Amino acid sequence: MSAHEDAVPTDAMREHNQHNHSTRHHAVPTDATRDTRPSVAETVHGVHTLSLAKAITAGLRAALRADDRVILMGEDIGPLGGVFRVTEGLQAEFGDQRVRDTPLAESGIVGTAIGLAMRGIRSVIEIQFDGFIFPAFDQITTQLSRQTLRHGGSVGMPVVIRLPYGGHIGSIEHHQESPEAYFAHTPGLRIVSPSQPHDAYWMIQEAIACNDPVLFLEPKSRYWSKGPVDFDHPGLPMHNSRVVRAGTDVTVVGHGAMVSTLLAAAEIAATEGTSIEVVDLRSLSPVDYDPLLESVRHTCRLVVAQEAYGHASLGSEIAATVAERAFYSLEAPVLRVSGFDTPYPPAALETQYLPSPDRVLEAVDRVLAF
Amino acid sequence: MTAPERECDEPTVQLLTPDGLLQPTAAAEEYAPLVAGIKEEVLRQFYRDMTFSRRVDITGANLQRQGQLALWPPSFGQEAAQVGSARAARAQDHLFPSYREHIVGMIRGLDPVRLFALMRGVTLGGWDPRETGNFHLYTLVLASQNLHATGYAMGLQFDGETATGDPDRDAAVIVYYGDGATSQGDANEALVFASSYQCPQVFFVQNNQWAISVPVSRQSRHPLAHRGGGFGMPGVRIDGNDVLASYLVTRRYLDAARAGEGPSLIEAMTYRMGAHTTADDPTKYRTDSEVELWSARDPIVRYKTWLSGRGASAAFFAEVEEEAEDMAADLRRRTQELVAPPRSVIFAHVYQDPHPLMVEQAAWLDAFEHSFEEGSA
Ligand SMILES: Cc1ncc(C[n+]2csc(CCOP(=O)(O)OP(=O)(O)O)c2C)c(N)n1
Repeated sequence: MSAHEDAVPTDAMREHNQHNHSTRHHAVPTDATRDTRPSVAETVHGVHTLSLAKAITAGLRAALRADDRVILMGEDIGPLGGVFRVTEGLQAEFGDQRVRDTPLAESGIVGTAIGLAMRGIRSVIEIQFDGFIFPAFDQITTQLSRQTLRHGGSVGMPVVIRLPYGGHIGSIEHHQESPEAYFAHTPGLRIVSPSQPHDAYWMIQEAIACNDPVLFLEPKSRYWSKGPVDFDHPGLPMHNSRVVRAGTDVTVVGHGAMVSTLLAAAEIAATEGTSIEVVDLRSLSPVDYDPLLESVRHTCRLVVAQEAYGHASLGSEIAATVAERAFYSLEAPVLRVSGFDTPYPPAALETQYLPSPDRVLEAVDRVLAF
Repeated sequence: MTAPERECDEPTVQLLTPDGLLQPTAAAEEYAPLVAGIKEEVLRQFYRDMTFSRRVDITGANLQRQGQLALWPPSFGQEAAQVGSARAARAQDHLFPSYREHIVGMIRGLDPVRLFALMRGVTLGGWDPRETGNFHLYTLVLASQNLHATGYAMGLQFDGETATGDPDRDAAVIVYYGDGATSQGDANEALVFASSYQCPQVFFVQNNQWAISVPVSRQSRHPLAHRGGGFGMPGVRIDGNDVLASYLVTRRYLDAARAGEGPSLIEAMTYRMGAHTTADDPTKYRTDSEVELWSARDPIVRYKTWLSGRGASAAFFAEVEEEAEDMAADLRRRTQELVAPPRSVIFAHVYQDPHPLMVEQAAWLDAFEHSFEEGSA
């Protein structure tokens, strides 16, 4: 369950960071606008190939360097470096006050992060697996998400909850869940999910700089896939969605690991003469509808795909909103491809349970047949 | 990373020293006279159980390495705590495990292939507690089962199945959890409820010193046994690597629970000799010297020494080894024969009563999968 690919530029980064140690600034960003982004001055430069996991590590390192009121909390994130090794080396570098192994209690972790945030200390929490966030559900939904409102805006809640989520890893129960809808339904939370290393590196830093609570969903099956990270050019702000493959016949949209499935489906469809446009949602709350609506206006057809259960899901929300806003552009109803409305099955059945490229293409065929 | 000094000063019930000598500690005084009353066949059975437990662990780890299991959580080192406590339970008692109590289940009649099915990813449950001597399902969300166990104990009270004075009928509940899990809200709420309602329940904490990579000192700065007193129930620390202590102390408190004297907490000091699971790498967080220290306290070695001193022959030990080897060979074979269940299992038991979504989605998936079978035919 823990795979490890060493980050290519780790040593270079460490050296560079040490060199720039004195330039670290202490200011806590107070402006919560969506283009608040950390300075790149203290990070390594150039384009490097990193796994998604190590891109997050690099982003965490940059954030810890940029602001010494950023701390990490979680189970097994210290000497072990987390069960997915995302925090590997960070306790050694920043000490056990800033990178903390907590007692084994998720409600405790989130609840104390709220108190820390009241003093302007920015906690980045690692919840070990998607299925283990629920002991903290009360603190997240009734407290974390509402403190700012309750305080009339005078108190920020700069808490990031990192959550490895999703299936495809053949594990036992509670290790492959997609619980985003519970949280997307909660006002006061922001939710983002990168699908590739470059986004992961920049989005984690932006999430940490944000003054509101951010649920940062990490597609665990993509942790070990590598891609280029441009350390100089942040790219899109975290709340923007993006077209990752242009096409003309059908738009498909998804987030996290689903983006790879959609790209694979588009690849197959292309050989069959169908041109699919793929949108990477990136932000689950709020949803950035403009690129999606623009896409639908020219393809006139939309399929929404997600690993999560379909009933009362994020996909349902997107389907409804697009139907409302682009009704006259649509040639077919918006279709959803989802996990079934059952708990994630035993691993031996996961390939039949999870939306595959074939399941996506089946829906694509149906929207085209209208 | 070893336990802080003051924890070592905590009175601990220990009958067998690590060298296999029957030298009860002061805290074990009330239990010492009871050893003579344990039948020789029962004592021999403890040895057989512990040997089987270790053999199941080796089998699980090997099968995982061969890709036959998704993962295996070993109980290597914790055999005495588990065997003693499980053998202390009576037929009518209910046992709520976490996910490492393999031998506890086997003692209650669970076919170990069911455990392997769970770890192979062909089932989410694997057995029916009515068929496994009231050994309930594994629970992976830490300490959730503590409240279920307390609720079950409340149910026994509600139904008048405890504290009637009939020892063959009165039932109690024992829940197993780890030192890490003691920090969870549910673990603490269960103690509150059990104490408040004076439930017939034993809380059995296996303090194996580590919660994955986090030492017990992160969870508690005082002995976990004291958590009992804080919630208004007896709390006692035992040497969890001494099967006699585990057996006699658990028996005493289960008897008390059945008799209506309320709940209690047992902290069994033991050690997770293996990795957390086969996915873990303990060299990242603990030292060889600590592992060696605990290796010298091995629960099976000391017990074998003691049994030999009482007259158990080499033939007995050889016979147990052989039985364990047969069991393991059979287990390996049957595990490899475990196949993926039919896809209908995804939908079959989500609800007990009919549900339209399940019917609709199961039919859809069938049609979808058939479209490929026909297409390729
Ligand atoms: C609520 C919850 N959080 C996190 C986990 C992940 N996890 C599984 S086992 C474990 C450590 C448990 O330690 P302990 O309770 O001491 O039991 P042990 O594994 O040592 O037997 C963790 C953190 C989980 N299963 N449930």
